[in-house]
Amino acid sequence: MRFALRFLPGLLCALALILAGCSDSDGGETSQEAAAYIENKGSDTMVNLALAWAEAYQALNPQVRISVTGGGSGTGIAALINGTVDIANASRQIKAEEMAAGAAPVEFVVARDAIAIIVNPENPVDQLTLQQISDIYSGIYDNWSQVGGEDRPIVRLSRETNSGTHVYFLEEVLRLGQKDNKTFFTPETLLLPSSEGITTEVRQNPNAIGYDGLGYVTPDVKVVAVARDASGPYVMPSAESVNNDQYPIARDLYMYTAGQPSGAIADYIQWLFSAEAQAIVVELGFVPVAVP
Amino acid sequence: MRNKATSLSWIEFLITRLVKASGYSAIVFVGLIFFFLMGEGLPALAETSLSSLLSTRWYPIEGYYGLLPLIGGSLVVTLGATLVAVPVGIGTAVFISEIAPRWLREILKPLVEVLGGFPSVVLGFLGVLVLSPFLREFLGLPTGLTALAGSLLLGGIAIPTVVSVAEDALDAVPRSYRDAALALGATQWQTIWRVTLPAARSGVLTAVMLGVGRAIGETMAVMMVTGNAPVLRLGLEALFMPTRTMTATIAAEMGEVANGSEHYHVLFLIGIALFLISLAINVTASALVFRQHKRSERILS
Repeated sequence: MRFALRFLPGLLCALALILAGCSDSDGGETSQEAAAYIENKGSDTMVNLALAWAEAYQALNPQVRISVTGGGSGTGIAALINGTVDIANASRQIKAEEMAAGAAPVEFVVARDAIAIIVNPENPVDQLTLQQISDIYSGIYDNWSQVGGEDRPIVRLSRETNSGTHVYFLEEVLRLGQKDNKTFFTPETLLLPSSEGITTEVRQNPNAIGYDGLGYVTPDVKVVAVARDASGPYVMPSAESVNNDQYPIARDLYMYTAGQPSGAIADYIQWLFSAEAQAIVVELGFVPVAVP
Repeated sequence: MRNKATSLSWIEFLITRLVKASGYSAIVFVGLIFFFLMGEGLPALAETSLSSLLSTRWYPIEGYYGLLPLIGGSLVVTLGATLVAVPVGIGTAVFISEIAPRWLREILKPLVEVLGGFPSVVLGFLGVLVLSPFLREFLGLPTGLTALAGSLLLGGIAIPTVVSVAEDALDAVPRSYRDAALALGATQWQTIWRVTLPAARSGVLTAVMLGVGRAIGETMAVMMVTGNAPVLRLGLEALFMPTRTMTATIAAEMGEVANGSEHYHVLFLIGIALFLISLAINVTASALVFRQHKRSERILS
Protein backbone atom coordinates (compact mmCIF):
# COMPACT_ATOMS: atom_id res chain seq x y z
CA MET A 1 0.00 0.00 0.00
CA ARG A 2 2.80 2.37 0.96
CA PHE A 3 4.49 1.42 -2.28
CA ALA A 4 1.41 2.39 -4.29
CA LEU A 5 1.06 5.69 -2.43
CA ARG A 6 4.61 6.68 -3.18
CA PHE A 7 3.97 6.34 -6.89
CA LEU A 8 0.52 7.84 -6.98
CA PRO A 9 1.58 11.51 -7.37
CA GLY A 10 3.97 10.51 -10.16
CA LEU A 11 1.23 8.60 -11.93
CA LEU A 12 -1.16 11.51 -11.64
CA CYS A 13 1.46 13.86 -13.05
CA ALA A 14 2.10 11.53 -15.98
CA LEU A 15 -1.63 11.26 -16.64
CA ALA A 16 -2.01 15.01 -16.55
CA LEU A 17 0.89 15.43 -18.96
CA ILE A 18 -0.60 12.92 -21.40
CA LEU A 19 -3.96 14.64 -21.29
CA ALA A 20 -2.37 18.05 -21.73
CA GLY A 21 -0.27 16.75 -24.60
CA CYS A 22 -3.30 15.39 -26.39
CA SER A 23 -5.35 18.53 -26.12
CA ASP A 24 -2.36 20.57 -27.24
CA SER A 25 -1.83 18.63 -30.45
CA ASP A 26 -5.57 18.72 -31.15
CA GLY A 27 -5.63 22.48 -30.77
CA GLY A 28 -2.52 22.89 -32.89
CA GLU A 29 -4.01 21.26 -36.00
CA THR A 30 -6.83 22.56 -38.17
CA SER A 31 -8.74 24.20 -35.38
CA GLN A 32 -12.46 23.56 -35.86
CA GLU A 33 -12.28 20.33 -38.00
CA ALA A 34 -12.95 17.35 -35.74
CA ALA A 35 -10.54 14.43 -36.08
CA ALA A 36 -11.89 11.98 -38.69
CA TYR A 37 -11.91 8.33 -37.77
CA ILE A 38 -11.91 5.62 -40.44
CA GLU A 39 -12.52 1.92 -39.64
CA ASN A 40 -10.93 -0.42 -42.17
CA LYS A 41 -11.33 -4.22 -41.96
CA GLY A 42 -11.20 -7.37 -44.06
CA SER A 43 -8.85 -9.48 -46.17
CA ASP A 44 -5.83 -10.93 -44.37
CA THR A 45 -3.96 -10.79 -47.67
CA MET A 46 -4.35 -7.02 -47.69
CA VAL A 47 -3.86 -6.28 -44.00
CA ASN A 48 -0.15 -5.39 -44.28
CA LEU A 49 -0.82 -3.23 -47.32
CA ALA A 50 -3.76 -1.48 -45.67
CA LEU A 51 -1.66 -0.87 -42.55
CA ALA A 52 1.21 0.63 -44.53
CA TRP A 53 -1.23 2.87 -46.41
CA ALA A 54 -2.92 3.96 -43.19
CA GLU A 55 0.42 4.82 -41.57
CA ALA A 56 1.63 6.83 -44.54
CA TYR A 57 -1.69 8.66 -44.85
CA GLN A 58 -1.83 9.47 -41.14
CA ALA A 59 1.68 10.91 -41.33
CA LEU A 60 0.45 13.25 -44.07
CA ASN A 61 -2.91 14.01 -42.42
CA PRO A 62 -2.53 13.88 -38.63
CA GLN A 63 -6.18 14.81 -38.06
CA VAL A 64 -7.28 11.48 -39.63
CA ARG A 65 -7.19 8.25 -37.61
CA ILE A 66 -7.41 4.97 -39.53
CA SER A 67 -7.74 1.64 -37.73
CA VAL A 68 -6.95 -1.46 -39.76
CA THR A 69 -7.89 -5.04 -38.82
CA GLY A 70 -7.87 -8.36 -40.70
CA GLY A 71 -10.16 -11.35 -40.34
CA GLY A 72 -10.81 -12.32 -43.95
CA SER A 73 -12.64 -10.80 -46.92
CA GLY A 74 -16.00 -12.23 -45.87
CA THR A 75 -15.57 -10.84 -42.36
CA GLY A 76 -14.82 -7.36 -43.71
CA ILE A 77 -17.78 -7.31 -46.08
CA ALA A 78 -20.09 -8.62 -43.35
CA ALA A 79 -18.89 -5.78 -41.09
CA LEU A 80 -19.51 -3.24 -43.88
CA ILE A 81 -23.05 -4.54 -44.33
CA ASN A 82 -23.61 -4.41 -40.54
CA GLY A 83 -22.35 -0.83 -40.56
CA THR A 84 -19.45 -1.37 -38.14
CA VAL A 85 -16.68 -0.38 -40.61
CA ASP A 86 -16.27 2.39 -43.20
CA ILE A 87 -14.09 0.52 -45.67
CA ALA A 88 -14.00 -3.26 -46.26
CA ASN A 89 -10.89 -4.84 -47.80
CA ALA A 90 -11.53 -7.86 -50.00
CA SER A 91 -9.24 -10.10 -52.02
CA ARG A 92 -12.26 -11.37 -53.98
CA GLN A 93 -15.08 -9.59 -55.70
CA ILE A 94 -18.24 -9.07 -53.62
CA LYS A 95 -20.86 -11.80 -54.03
CA ALA A 96 -24.32 -11.06 -55.41
CA GLU A 97 -26.03 -11.85 -52.09
CA GLU A 98 -23.62 -9.56 -50.21
CA MET A 99 -24.31 -6.82 -52.78
CA ALA A 100 -28.04 -7.25 -52.18
CA ALA A 101 -27.74 -7.17 -48.37
CA GLY A 102 -28.45 -3.45 -48.18
CA ALA A 103 -25.29 -1.40 -47.72
CA ALA A 104 -25.10 -0.50 -51.45
CA PRO A 105 -21.35 -1.25 -51.56
CA VAL A 106 -19.20 0.71 -54.04
CA GLU A 107 -16.17 -1.06 -55.45
CA PHE A 108 -12.58 0.22 -55.89
CA VAL A 109 -9.75 -1.87 -57.35
CA VAL A 110 -6.83 -0.59 -55.29
CA ALA A 111 -4.04 -3.04 -56.20
CA ARG A 112 -3.37 -6.38 -57.85
CA ASP A 113 -1.91 -9.54 -56.41
CA ALA A 114 -0.38 -12.73 -57.72
CA ILE A 115 -0.92 -16.05 -55.93
CA ALA A 116 2.39 -17.86 -55.67
CA ILE A 117 2.50 -21.66 -55.59
CA ILE A 118 5.09 -22.62 -52.99
CA VAL A 119 6.90 -25.87 -52.17
CA ASN A 120 9.75 -26.89 -49.89
CA PRO A 121 13.23 -25.94 -51.20
CA GLU A 122 14.16 -29.67 -51.14
CA ASN A 123 11.42 -30.43 -53.66
CA PRO A 124 12.93 -30.74 -57.18
CA VAL A 125 9.65 -29.74 -58.89
CA ASP A 126 10.01 -26.18 -60.16
CA GLN A 127 7.25 -25.83 -62.74
CA LEU A 128 3.58 -26.85 -62.97
CA THR A 129 0.68 -26.18 -65.31
CA LEU A 130 -2.66 -24.90 -64.03
CA GLN A 131 -4.18 -28.28 -64.89
CA GLN A 132 -1.55 -30.09 -62.81
CA ILE A 133 -2.15 -27.80 -59.83
CA SER A 134 -5.89 -28.36 -60.17
CA ASP A 135 -5.37 -32.14 -60.30
CA ILE A 136 -3.10 -32.02 -57.24
CA TYR A 137 -5.63 -30.10 -55.15
CA SER A 138 -8.65 -32.09 -56.36
CA GLY A 139 -6.94 -35.30 -55.32
CA ILE A 140 -6.24 -36.86 -58.76
CA TYR A 141 -2.49 -36.74 -58.14
CA ASP A 142 -1.34 -38.17 -54.82
CA ASN A 143 2.38 -38.48 -55.32
CA TRP A 144 5.00 -35.97 -56.40
CA SER A 145 6.38 -38.49 -58.95
CA GLN A 146 3.19 -37.96 -61.01
CA VAL A 147 4.19 -34.36 -61.70
CA GLY A 148 7.91 -34.94 -62.20
CA GLY A 149 9.12 -35.01 -58.61
CA GLU A 150 10.42 -37.57 -56.13
CA ASP A 151 8.41 -40.51 -54.82
CA ARG A 152 6.77 -38.65 -51.95
CA PRO A 153 3.13 -38.24 -50.90
CA ILE A 154 1.63 -34.82 -51.67
CA VAL A 155 0.40 -32.82 -48.66
CA ARG A 156 -1.91 -30.05 -49.89
CA LEU A 157 -2.22 -26.88 -47.84
CA SER A 158 -4.93 -24.28 -48.25
CA ARG A 159 -6.33 -21.28 -46.40
CA GLU A 160 -9.61 -21.70 -44.49
CA THR A 161 -12.85 -21.34 -46.46
CA ASN A 162 -13.50 -17.80 -45.10
CA SER A 163 -10.41 -16.57 -46.93
CA GLY A 164 -10.87 -14.66 -50.20
CA THR A 165 -7.72 -16.39 -51.40
CA HIS A 166 -9.38 -19.78 -50.89
CA VAL A 167 -12.41 -18.80 -52.97
CA TYR A 168 -10.25 -17.28 -55.69
CA PHE A 169 -8.04 -20.37 -55.83
CA LEU A 170 -11.11 -22.63 -56.04
CA GLU A 171 -12.66 -20.68 -58.91
CA GLU A 172 -9.62 -19.74 -60.96
CA VAL A 173 -7.22 -22.64 -60.37
CA LEU A 174 -9.18 -25.74 -59.28
CA ARG A 175 -12.06 -24.98 -61.64
CA LEU A 176 -9.78 -23.27 -64.18
CA GLY A 177 -12.17 -20.30 -64.36
CA GLN A 178 -14.96 -22.45 -65.85
CA LYS A 179 -18.34 -21.56 -64.37
CA ASP A 180 -19.88 -25.04 -64.80
CA ASN A 181 -16.84 -26.87 -63.42
CA LYS A 182 -17.73 -28.48 -60.06
CA THR A 183 -14.28 -29.65 -59.02
CA PHE A 184 -13.68 -29.60 -55.24
CA PHE A 185 -10.66 -29.42 -53.03
CA THR A 186 -10.09 -33.00 -51.90
CA PRO A 187 -11.23 -33.25 -48.26
CA GLU A 188 -7.66 -34.37 -47.50
CA THR A 189 -6.56 -30.76 -48.05
CA LEU A 190 -5.25 -29.23 -44.84
CA LEU A 191 -7.09 -25.99 -44.08
CA LEU A 192 -4.79 -23.69 -42.14
CA PRO A 193 -6.04 -20.58 -40.39
CA SER A 194 -3.28 -18.22 -41.57
CA SER A 195 -0.77 -17.45 -44.31
CA GLU A 196 1.97 -17.93 -41.72
CA GLY A 197 0.65 -21.42 -40.96
CA ILE A 198 1.06 -22.37 -44.63
CA THR A 199 4.55 -20.87 -44.90
CA THR A 200 5.68 -22.61 -41.69
CA GLU A 201 4.50 -26.05 -42.84
CA VAL A 202 5.92 -25.66 -46.38
CA ARG A 203 9.26 -24.55 -44.94
CA GLN A 204 9.66 -27.67 -42.83
CA ASN A 205 7.80 -30.34 -44.82
CA PRO A 206 9.25 -31.55 -48.16
CA ASN A 207 5.89 -33.18 -49.05
CA ALA A 208 3.90 -29.97 -48.86
CA ILE A 209 2.47 -27.69 -51.53
CA GLY A 210 0.75 -24.44 -50.64
CA TYR A 211 -0.39 -21.14 -52.09
CA ASP A 212 -0.03 -17.64 -50.75
CA GLY A 213 -0.22 -14.03 -51.84
CA LEU A 214 3.04 -12.90 -53.45
CA GLY A 215 3.54 -10.34 -50.67
CA TYR A 216 3.66 -13.14 -48.09
CA VAL A 217 6.24 -15.39 -49.73
CA THR A 218 9.38 -15.68 -47.61
CA PRO A 219 12.84 -16.48 -49.02
CA ASP A 220 12.98 -19.87 -47.28
CA VAL A 221 10.29 -21.47 -49.46
CA LYS A 222 10.49 -22.24 -53.19
CA VAL A 223 8.15 -20.53 -55.66
CA VAL A 224 7.03 -22.68 -58.60
CA ALA A 225 6.77 -21.30 -62.16
CA VAL A 226 3.26 -21.72 -63.57
CA ALA A 227 2.01 -22.16 -67.15
CA ARG A 228 -1.54 -21.78 -68.50
CA ASP A 229 -1.13 -25.10 -70.36
CA ALA A 230 1.56 -27.60 -71.16
CA SER A 231 2.66 -25.72 -74.31
CA GLY A 232 2.72 -22.26 -72.72
CA PRO A 233 5.71 -20.62 -71.10
CA TYR A 234 6.30 -21.31 -67.41
CA VAL A 235 6.27 -17.93 -65.65
CA MET A 236 7.45 -16.87 -62.19
CA PRO A 237 5.13 -14.46 -60.40
CA SER A 238 6.39 -10.84 -60.30
CA ALA A 239 5.06 -7.33 -60.77
CA GLU A 240 5.99 -7.39 -64.47
CA SER A 241 4.58 -10.83 -65.25
CA VAL A 242 1.30 -9.88 -63.56
CA ASN A 243 0.97 -6.53 -65.32
CA ASN A 244 1.59 -7.96 -68.78
CA ASP A 245 -0.80 -10.88 -68.04
CA GLN A 246 1.91 -13.53 -68.40
CA TYR A 247 1.44 -15.03 -64.93
CA PRO A 248 -1.90 -16.89 -64.88
CA ILE A 249 -2.87 -16.71 -61.18
CA ALA A 250 -3.36 -13.00 -60.54
CA ARG A 251 -6.31 -11.11 -59.18
CA ASP A 252 -7.54 -7.66 -58.27
CA LEU A 253 -7.63 -6.45 -54.66
CA TYR A 254 -10.71 -4.45 -53.70
CA MET A 255 -11.92 -1.91 -51.20
CA TYR A 256 -15.63 -1.44 -50.67
CA THR A 257 -17.44 1.50 -49.10
CA ALA A 258 -21.10 1.68 -48.11
CA GLY A 259 -22.50 3.96 -50.80
CA GLN A 260 -20.42 6.62 -52.61
CA PRO A 261 -17.76 7.71 -50.10
CA SER A 262 -17.70 11.28 -48.90
CA GLY A 263 -15.54 13.51 -46.69
CA ALA A 264 -12.44 11.95 -45.14
CA ILE A 265 -13.17 8.49 -46.58
CA ALA A 266 -13.39 9.86 -50.14
CA ASP A 267 -10.12 11.76 -49.65
CA TYR A 268 -8.41 8.61 -48.39
CA ILE A 269 -9.65 6.44 -51.28
CA GLN A 270 -8.55 9.09 -53.77
CA TRP A 271 -5.10 9.19 -52.17
CA LEU A 272 -4.76 5.40 -52.61
CA PHE A 273 -4.48 5.94 -56.36
CA SER A 274 -1.66 8.48 -56.00
CA ALA A 275 1.89 7.66 -57.07
CA GLU A 276 2.97 7.65 -53.44
CA ALA A 277 0.37 5.13 -52.30
CA GLN A 278 0.97 2.86 -55.28
CA ALA A 279 4.72 2.94 -54.55
CA ILE A 280 3.89 1.31 -51.19
CA VAL A 281 2.06 -1.42 -53.14
CA VAL A 282 5.28 -2.24 -55.01
CA GLU A 283 7.31 -2.16 -51.80
CA LEU A 284 5.11 -4.84 -50.20
CA GLY A 285 5.36 -7.22 -53.15
CA PHE A 286 1.96 -6.50 -54.70
CA VAL A 287 1.27 -5.07 -58.13
CA PRO A 288 0.15 -1.43 -58.56
CA VAL A 289 -2.99 -0.55 -60.51
CA ALA A 290 -2.20 2.97 -61.70
CA VAL A 291 1.23 3.35 -63.29
CA PRO A 292 3.03 5.76 -60.96
CA MET B 1 -25.02 -2.64 21.77
CA ARG B 2 -28.47 -3.46 20.54
CA ASN B 3 -27.97 -1.27 17.51
CA LYS B 4 -24.84 -3.16 16.56
CA ALA B 5 -26.61 -6.49 16.81
CA THR B 6 -29.41 -5.42 14.45
CA SER B 7 -26.95 -4.03 11.93
CA LEU B 8 -25.01 -7.30 12.10
CA SER B 9 -28.09 -9.36 11.41
CA TRP B 10 -28.96 -7.00 8.60
CA ILE B 11 -25.54 -7.53 7.05
CA GLU B 12 -25.92 -11.25 7.47
CA PHE B 13 -29.29 -11.12 5.72
CA LEU B 14 -27.69 -9.26 2.81
CA ILE B 15 -24.76 -11.64 2.53
CA THR B 16 -26.99 -14.69 2.65
CA ARG B 17 -29.08 -13.27 -0.21
CA LEU B 18 -25.97 -12.40 -2.22
CA VAL B 19 -24.51 -15.86 -1.86
CA LYS B 20 -27.84 -17.40 -2.76
CA ALA B 21 -28.18 -15.15 -5.82
CA SER B 22 -24.74 -16.00 -7.11
CA GLY B 23 -25.51 -19.67 -6.61
CA TYR B 24 -28.74 -19.45 -8.60
CA SER B 25 -27.11 -17.24 -11.24
CA ALA B 26 -24.97 -20.21 -12.34
CA ILE B 27 -28.16 -22.11 -13.14
CA VAL B 28 -29.68 -19.07 -14.84
CA PHE B 29 -26.62 -18.55 -17.04
CA VAL B 30 -26.46 -22.18 -18.12
CA GLY B 31 -30.17 -22.00 -18.88
CA LEU B 32 -29.82 -18.79 -20.89
CA ILE B 33 -26.89 -20.18 -22.88
CA PHE B 34 -28.87 -23.33 -23.57
CA PHE B 35 -31.93 -21.44 -24.84
CA PHE B 36 -29.76 -19.11 -26.93
CA LEU B 37 -28.00 -22.09 -28.53
CA MET B 38 -31.32 -23.80 -29.19
CA GLY B 39 -32.82 -20.63 -30.69
CA GLU B 40 -29.88 -20.10 -33.06
CA GLY B 41 -29.09 -23.73 -33.83
CA LEU B 42 -32.38 -25.57 -34.18
CA PRO B 43 -33.46 -23.69 -37.35
CA ALA B 44 -30.61 -25.58 -39.04
CA LEU B 45 -32.64 -28.78 -38.68
CA ALA B 46 -35.44 -27.18 -40.70
CA GLU B 47 -33.18 -25.58 -43.34
CA THR B 48 -30.82 -28.47 -43.89
CA SER B 49 -32.04 -31.99 -44.49
CA LEU B 50 -30.98 -34.61 -41.98
CA SER B 51 -29.36 -36.68 -44.73
CA SER B 52 -27.18 -33.68 -45.61
CA LEU B 53 -26.17 -33.17 -41.96
CA LEU B 54 -25.31 -36.85 -41.66
CA SER B 55 -23.24 -36.92 -44.85
CA THR B 56 -19.45 -36.98 -44.83
CA ARG B 57 -18.62 -33.82 -46.80
CA TRP B 58 -18.09 -30.55 -44.94
CA TYR B 59 -17.66 -27.70 -47.41
CA PRO B 60 -19.89 -24.86 -46.20
CA ILE B 61 -19.19 -22.31 -48.94
CA GLU B 62 -20.88 -24.67 -51.44
CA GLY B 63 -23.65 -25.78 -49.06
CA TYR B 64 -22.26 -29.14 -47.89
CA TYR B 65 -22.90 -29.48 -44.15
CA GLY B 66 -21.95 -33.06 -43.26
CA LEU B 67 -21.24 -33.09 -39.51
CA LEU B 68 -19.90 -36.65 -39.25
CA PRO B 69 -16.25 -35.83 -40.09
CA LEU B 70 -16.24 -33.06 -37.46
CA ILE B 71 -17.81 -35.24 -34.74
CA GLY B 72 -15.42 -38.05 -35.67
CA GLY B 73 -12.47 -35.65 -35.52
CA SER B 74 -13.41 -34.37 -32.08
CA LEU B 75 -13.92 -37.92 -30.77
CA VAL B 76 -10.57 -39.17 -32.09
CA VAL B 77 -8.62 -36.22 -30.73
CA THR B 78 -10.40 -36.30 -27.36
CA LEU B 79 -10.00 -40.08 -27.02
CA GLY B 80 -6.31 -39.78 -27.84
CA ALA B 81 -5.90 -36.95 -25.34
CA THR B 82 -7.66 -39.00 -22.66
CA LEU B 83 -5.35 -41.96 -23.28
CA VAL B 84 -2.41 -39.60 -22.76
CA ALA B 85 -3.71 -37.52 -19.87
CA VAL B 86 -5.34 -40.15 -17.65
CA PRO B 87 -2.42 -42.57 -17.05
CA VAL B 88 0.17 -39.80 -16.87
CA GLY B 89 -2.06 -37.53 -14.78
CA ILE B 90 -3.05 -40.19 -12.25
CA GLY B 91 0.51 -41.51 -12.15
CA THR B 92 1.80 -38.02 -11.37
CA ALA B 93 -0.88 -37.52 -8.73
CA VAL B 94 0.02 -40.84 -7.05
CA PHE B 95 3.69 -39.93 -7.14
CA ILE B 96 3.14 -36.48 -5.66
CA SER B 97 0.73 -37.64 -2.99
CA GLU B 98 2.09 -41.07 -2.01
CA ILE B 99 5.71 -41.51 -3.02
CA ALA B 100 7.55 -38.21 -3.38
CA PRO B 101 9.44 -36.93 -0.31
CA ARG B 102 8.04 -33.79 1.23
CA TRP B 103 10.52 -31.33 -0.35
CA LEU B 104 9.95 -32.69 -3.87
CA ARG B 105 6.24 -32.53 -3.34
CA GLU B 106 6.49 -28.85 -2.37
CA ILE B 107 8.23 -28.18 -5.71
CA LEU B 108 6.09 -30.41 -7.95
CA LYS B 109 2.66 -29.24 -6.82
CA PRO B 110 3.07 -25.54 -7.69
CA LEU B 111 4.89 -26.50 -10.91
CA VAL B 112 1.90 -28.55 -12.08
CA GLU B 113 -0.39 -25.66 -11.24
CA VAL B 114 1.75 -23.26 -13.28
CA LEU B 115 1.57 -25.71 -16.18
CA GLY B 116 -2.20 -25.65 -15.85
CA GLY B 117 -2.26 -21.88 -16.23
CA PHE B 118 -0.22 -21.95 -19.44
CA PRO B 119 -2.08 -20.28 -22.35
CA SER B 120 -2.98 -23.00 -24.82
CA VAL B 121 -2.12 -20.85 -27.82
CA VAL B 122 1.51 -20.84 -26.66
CA LEU B 123 1.44 -24.64 -26.53
CA GLY B 124 -0.03 -24.46 -30.04
CA PHE B 125 3.12 -22.69 -31.22
CA LEU B 126 5.23 -25.43 -29.68
CA GLY B 127 3.01 -27.96 -31.43
CA VAL B 128 3.46 -26.37 -34.84
CA LEU B 129 7.18 -25.66 -34.60
CA VAL B 130 8.46 -28.62 -32.55
CA LEU B 131 5.93 -31.43 -32.10
CA SER B 132 4.55 -31.76 -35.61
CA PRO B 133 7.92 -31.77 -37.47
CA PHE B 134 9.17 -34.32 -34.91
CA LEU B 135 6.15 -36.60 -35.43
CA ARG B 136 6.49 -36.39 -39.22
CA GLU B 137 10.15 -37.42 -39.17
CA PHE B 138 9.92 -39.91 -36.32
CA LEU B 139 6.87 -41.80 -37.64
CA GLY B 140 7.48 -41.17 -41.37
CA LEU B 141 4.10 -39.51 -41.87
CA PRO B 142 3.27 -37.31 -44.89
CA THR B 143 2.64 -34.42 -42.48
CA GLY B 144 2.93 -33.92 -38.73
CA LEU B 145 -0.27 -31.87 -38.53
CA THR B 146 -2.38 -34.84 -37.42
CA ALA B 147 -4.93 -35.96 -34.87
CA LEU B 148 -1.99 -37.47 -32.98
CA ALA B 149 -0.31 -34.07 -32.61
CA GLY B 150 -3.63 -32.68 -31.37
CA SER B 151 -4.06 -35.58 -28.94
CA LEU B 152 -0.59 -35.22 -27.46
CA LEU B 153 -0.96 -31.47 -27.08
CA LEU B 154 -4.45 -31.73 -25.59
CA GLY B 155 -3.26 -34.51 -23.33
CA GLY B 156 -0.54 -32.16 -22.12
CA ILE B 157 -3.10 -29.42 -21.56
CA ALA B 158 -5.44 -31.76 -19.64
CA ILE B 159 -2.73 -33.36 -17.46
CA PRO B 160 -2.50 -30.51 -14.89
CA THR B 161 -6.29 -30.59 -14.41
CA VAL B 162 -6.23 -34.35 -13.84
CA VAL B 163 -3.20 -34.15 -11.55
CA SER B 164 -4.45 -31.44 -9.23
CA VAL B 165 -7.95 -32.87 -8.77
CA ALA B 166 -6.74 -36.48 -8.40
CA GLU B 167 -4.00 -35.41 -6.01
CA ASP B 168 -6.52 -33.63 -3.80
CA ALA B 169 -8.67 -36.77 -3.77
CA LEU B 170 -5.73 -38.99 -2.80
CA ASP B 171 -4.72 -36.51 -0.14
CA ALA B 172 -8.18 -36.73 1.41
CA VAL B 173 -7.83 -40.48 2.07
CA PRO B 174 -7.30 -40.86 5.85
CA ARG B 175 -3.78 -41.70 6.98
CA SER B 176 -5.16 -44.64 9.00
CA TYR B 177 -6.12 -46.55 5.79
CA ARG B 178 -2.50 -46.60 4.65
CA ASP B 179 -1.22 -47.40 8.13
CA ALA B 180 -3.63 -50.31 8.41
CA ALA B 181 -2.60 -51.71 5.01
CA LEU B 182 1.10 -51.42 5.79
CA ALA B 183 0.57 -52.97 9.23
CA LEU B 184 -1.06 -55.97 7.55
CA GLY B 185 2.13 -56.48 5.57
CA ALA B 186 1.09 -54.89 2.25
CA THR B 187 3.87 -53.37 0.15
CA GLN B 188 3.71 -49.69 -0.80
CA TRP B 189 2.51 -50.60 -4.32
CA GLN B 190 -0.22 -52.89 -2.91
CA THR B 191 -1.30 -50.12 -0.55
CA ILE B 192 -1.57 -47.60 -3.40
CA TRP B 193 -3.26 -49.95 -5.88
CA ARG B 194 -5.61 -51.83 -3.53
CA VAL B 195 -6.35 -49.30 -0.78
CA THR B 196 -5.59 -45.63 -1.47
CA LEU B 197 -6.70 -45.42 -5.13
CA PRO B 198 -9.98 -47.32 -4.59
CA ALA B 199 -10.73 -45.20 -1.53
CA ALA B 200 -10.21 -42.02 -3.59
CA ARG B 201 -12.03 -43.45 -6.61
CA SER B 202 -14.80 -40.87 -6.82
CA GLY B 203 -12.38 -37.95 -6.74
CA VAL B 204 -10.07 -39.60 -9.27
CA LEU B 205 -13.05 -40.19 -11.55
CA THR B 206 -14.03 -36.53 -11.29
CA ALA B 207 -10.45 -35.66 -12.24
CA VAL B 208 -10.69 -37.84 -15.35
CA MET B 209 -14.03 -36.33 -16.39
CA LEU B 210 -12.78 -32.78 -15.88
CA GLY B 211 -9.71 -33.64 -17.95
CA VAL B 212 -11.88 -35.02 -20.77
CA GLY B 213 -14.04 -31.90 -20.61
CA ARG B 214 -10.96 -29.71 -20.87
CA ALA B 215 -9.78 -31.69 -23.88
CA ILE B 216 -13.01 -31.67 -25.86
CA GLY B 217 -13.55 -27.94 -25.38
CA GLU B 218 -10.03 -26.81 -26.26
CA THR B 219 -9.91 -24.87 -29.53
CA MET B 220 -6.89 -22.77 -30.35
CA ALA B 221 -4.11 -25.30 -29.91
CA VAL B 222 -6.13 -27.94 -31.75
CA MET B 223 -6.83 -25.64 -34.68
CA MET B 224 -3.11 -24.96 -35.02
CA VAL B 225 -1.85 -28.56 -35.06
CA THR B 226 -4.52 -30.90 -36.45
CA GLY B 227 -4.47 -29.70 -40.07
CA ASN B 228 -8.27 -29.18 -40.10
CA ALA B 229 -9.03 -31.55 -42.99
CA PRO B 230 -12.68 -32.66 -42.64
CA VAL B 231 -12.36 -36.35 -43.52
CA LEU B 232 -14.25 -39.12 -41.71
CA ARG B 233 -11.84 -41.95 -40.99
CA LEU B 234 -12.54 -45.13 -39.09
CA GLY B 235 -9.90 -47.27 -37.45
CA LEU B 236 -6.45 -46.63 -36.11
CA GLU B 237 -5.20 -44.72 -39.18
CA ALA B 238 -7.47 -41.83 -38.13
CA LEU B 239 -4.96 -40.96 -35.42
CA PHE B 240 -2.10 -40.50 -37.89
CA MET B 241 -3.98 -38.33 -40.41
CA PRO B 242 -5.08 -34.69 -40.37
CA THR B 243 -8.50 -34.15 -38.86
CA ARG B 244 -10.94 -31.32 -38.12
CA THR B 245 -12.64 -30.90 -34.75
CA MET B 246 -15.99 -29.28 -33.95
CA THR B 247 -14.43 -26.51 -31.86
CA ALA B 248 -11.87 -25.60 -34.54
CA THR B 249 -14.65 -25.45 -37.14
CA ILE B 250 -16.69 -23.00 -35.09
CA ALA B 251 -13.63 -20.86 -34.33
CA ALA B 252 -12.43 -20.79 -37.93
CA GLU B 253 -15.77 -20.10 -39.57
CA MET B 254 -17.87 -18.10 -37.11
CA GLY B 255 -16.14 -14.83 -37.96
CA GLU B 256 -17.28 -14.68 -41.56
CA VAL B 257 -20.78 -16.14 -41.70
CA ALA B 258 -23.68 -13.87 -42.51
CA ASN B 259 -25.99 -13.55 -39.48
CA GLY B 260 -28.99 -15.86 -39.75
CA SER B 261 -27.71 -17.80 -42.79
CA GLU B 262 -27.89 -21.58 -43.08
CA HIS B 263 -24.16 -21.88 -42.37
CA TYR B 264 -24.60 -19.72 -39.23
CA HIS B 265 -27.36 -21.98 -37.90
CA VAL B 266 -25.36 -25.13 -38.63
CA LEU B 267 -22.39 -23.73 -36.68
CA PHE B 268 -24.73 -23.21 -33.72
CA LEU B 269 -26.00 -26.75 -34.19
CA ILE B 270 -22.39 -27.88 -33.73
CA GLY B 271 -22.37 -25.76 -30.57
CA ILE B 272 -25.47 -27.62 -29.34
CA ALA B 273 -23.76 -30.95 -30.05
CA LEU B 274 -20.71 -29.84 -28.04
CA PHE B 275 -22.94 -28.62 -25.22
CA LEU B 276 -24.78 -31.96 -25.10
CA ILE B 277 -21.53 -33.93 -25.13
CA SER B 278 -20.06 -31.98 -22.22
CA LEU B 279 -23.40 -32.22 -20.41
CA ALA B 280 -23.33 -36.00 -20.89
CA ILE B 281 -19.77 -36.17 -19.55
CA ASN B 282 -20.70 -34.16 -16.47
CA VAL B 283 -23.88 -36.12 -15.80
CA THR B 284 -22.01 -39.43 -16.14
CA ALA B 285 -19.33 -38.19 -13.80
CA SER B 286 -21.72 -37.04 -11.10
CA ALA B 287 -23.83 -40.20 -11.45
CA LEU B 288 -20.73 -42.34 -10.93
CA VAL B 289 -19.62 -40.25 -7.97
CA PHE B 290 -23.11 -40.43 -6.50
CA ARG B 291 -23.23 -44.22 -6.81
CA GLN B 292 -19.84 -44.39 -5.18
CA HIS B 293 -21.11 -42.39 -2.20
CA LYS B 294 -24.06 -44.68 -1.74
CA ARG B 295 -21.87 -47.75 -1.73
CA SER B 296 -19.48 -46.34 0.85
CA GLU B 297 -22.45 -45.36 2.97
CA ARG B 298 -23.70 -48.94 2.74
CA ILE B 299 -20.36 -50.28 3.86
CA LEU B 300 -20.22 -47.90 6.80
CA SER B 301 -23.72 -48.67 8.02
